[in-house]
Amino acid sequence: MTPSPTATKIRVLIAKPGLDGHDRGAKVVARALRDGGCEVIYTGIRQTPEMIAEAALQEDVDVVGLSILSGAHLELFPRIVDELKKRGRDDVLLFCGGIIPEEDTPALEKLGFQAIFRPGANTQDIVKYVFDHVTK
Amino acid sequence: MDGLIERFLQGDRRALARVISRVENETAEGREFLRALFPRSGRAHTIGVTGGAGSGKSTLTGALAAEYRRRGHTVGIVAVDPSSPFTQGAILGDRIRMQDLTLDPGVYVRSMASRGALGGLAPTIDDVVAVMDAYGFDFVIIETVGAGQDEVEVAGTALTTVLVNNPGTGDDIQAMKAGILEIADVLVVNKADHPGADVLVSQLQALLTLSPAGSRRPPVLKTIATKGEGFGALADAIADHRTYLESSGEMERQRAIDARHQVLSIARSILLERIRQATPEAELDDLVGQVAARHLDPHSAAEALAARLHA
Ligand SMILES: Nc1nc2c(ncn2[C@@H]2O[C@H](COP(=O)(O)OP(=O)(O)O)[C@@H](O)[C@H]2O)c(=O)[nH]1
Ligand SMILES: [Mg+2]
Repeated sequence: MTPSPTATKIRVLIAKPGLDGHDRGAKVVARALRDGGCEVIYTGIRQTPEMIAEAALQEDVDVVGLSILSGAHLELFPRIVDELKKRGRDDVLLFCGGIIPEEDTPALEKLGFQAIFRPGANTQDIVKYVFDHVTK
Repeated sequence: MDGLIERFLQGDRRALARVISRVENETAEGREFLRALFPRSGRAHTIGVTGGAGSGKSTLTGALAAEYRRRGHTVGIVAVDPSSPFTQGAILGDRIRMQDLTLDPGVYVRSMASRGALGGLAPTIDDVVAVMDAYGFDFVIIETVGAGQDEVEVAGTALTTVLVNNPGTGDDIQAMKAGILEIADVLVVNKADHPGADVLVSQLQALLTLSPAGSRRPPVLKTIATKGEGFGALADAIADHRTYLESSGEMERQRAIDARHQVLSIARSILLERIRQATPEAELDDLVGQVAARHLDPHSAAEALAARLHA
């Protein structure tokens, strides 16, 4: 039987590492990706690096999007990348969003975050980024 | 298969995750995996958790899994949420209520989108459950979408079906006549910390006395999923149900019915696909047009399509 054209979906994990409790931005991104046709796994707030990487593994996602407002990205993101690597999931497409100073861009790029979406970013650009860069 | 099955059989979780994706996406490779793994399934106790949206299915699934872990068992969880009929996308949020289980090596949680399937499940749910079963989990818990009273399909996927109700929702009892009660092997009044729980328990018990004489009467239990209260009793009731299935001969009967249903339903989609492939689009348009104009009845049109299989 031929697989139906809609069979293979892009699976995205949207996660909020760290201690801040505001997930409005993360939810807006999750909805935009859903409206773009992705299957979005949303895990809620206060996720540790281990929890994010483990969810990425169990859900076999293609993309991990991180939302952060607390300013702890330079501390948390390297640990998340590390945990993903430990589980053989450093093959995912990464992006991040939230309050992230411009001067941190090079450090995050080096970690594998080629796209950083700051407040005011167009959600359509996020959807486009995912579709343009995911390897399925 | 680049050694994926070997790693799966060694208990590699990454391999499990990848095999599930292939099976869920109905790829040729996925079919091969299923062929190899299916004979190893049939050992897990599969449990369906159904009930209205917001009734606490995800929280209860997490708390039940935690109870099984305390008893030394391993647990696989498949949680289904709806796909958008417009974009085919989905937001799968059941994990939010199962956070405490994420780092437990004895638990694996997988979110699935319904991908157009009706009845509260996903098109490949039986295949994904079989894969988890073959992986060796002692229990596989299936959480349905929870869209309403027509979610009876899960009874054909799981050995034991748990129906979740809440006190104080009023219309519940009335809506129940619709047949959902017949599929319940265990009834749960969750959110028992809310007023009216005992009243609802009595109402459900009264309703159950109406079931046919001689049939097994499902127990009604109270839980507070957010506090993990009532889960020892729930796990016991689920185990009792399995014992009943095995000792009464119902187990074989139910398995035969489920297998027949599954095979026929797959055969139906294969035949439909073949008919679609054997029929030029223009011819389908023509037949459909004749029906729309009332020149031809739909049964004759469908017969004409089916006849293409022998042409
Ligand atoms: N008070 C109370 N709230 C509960 C209980 N179980 C679940 N909830 C809450 O009910 C809401 C919906 O729960 P969820 O598990 O997502 O329901 P689902 O949609 O059926 O999966 C959440 O806010 C839970 O915290 C319970 O036993 N008591
Ligand atoms: Mg749920």
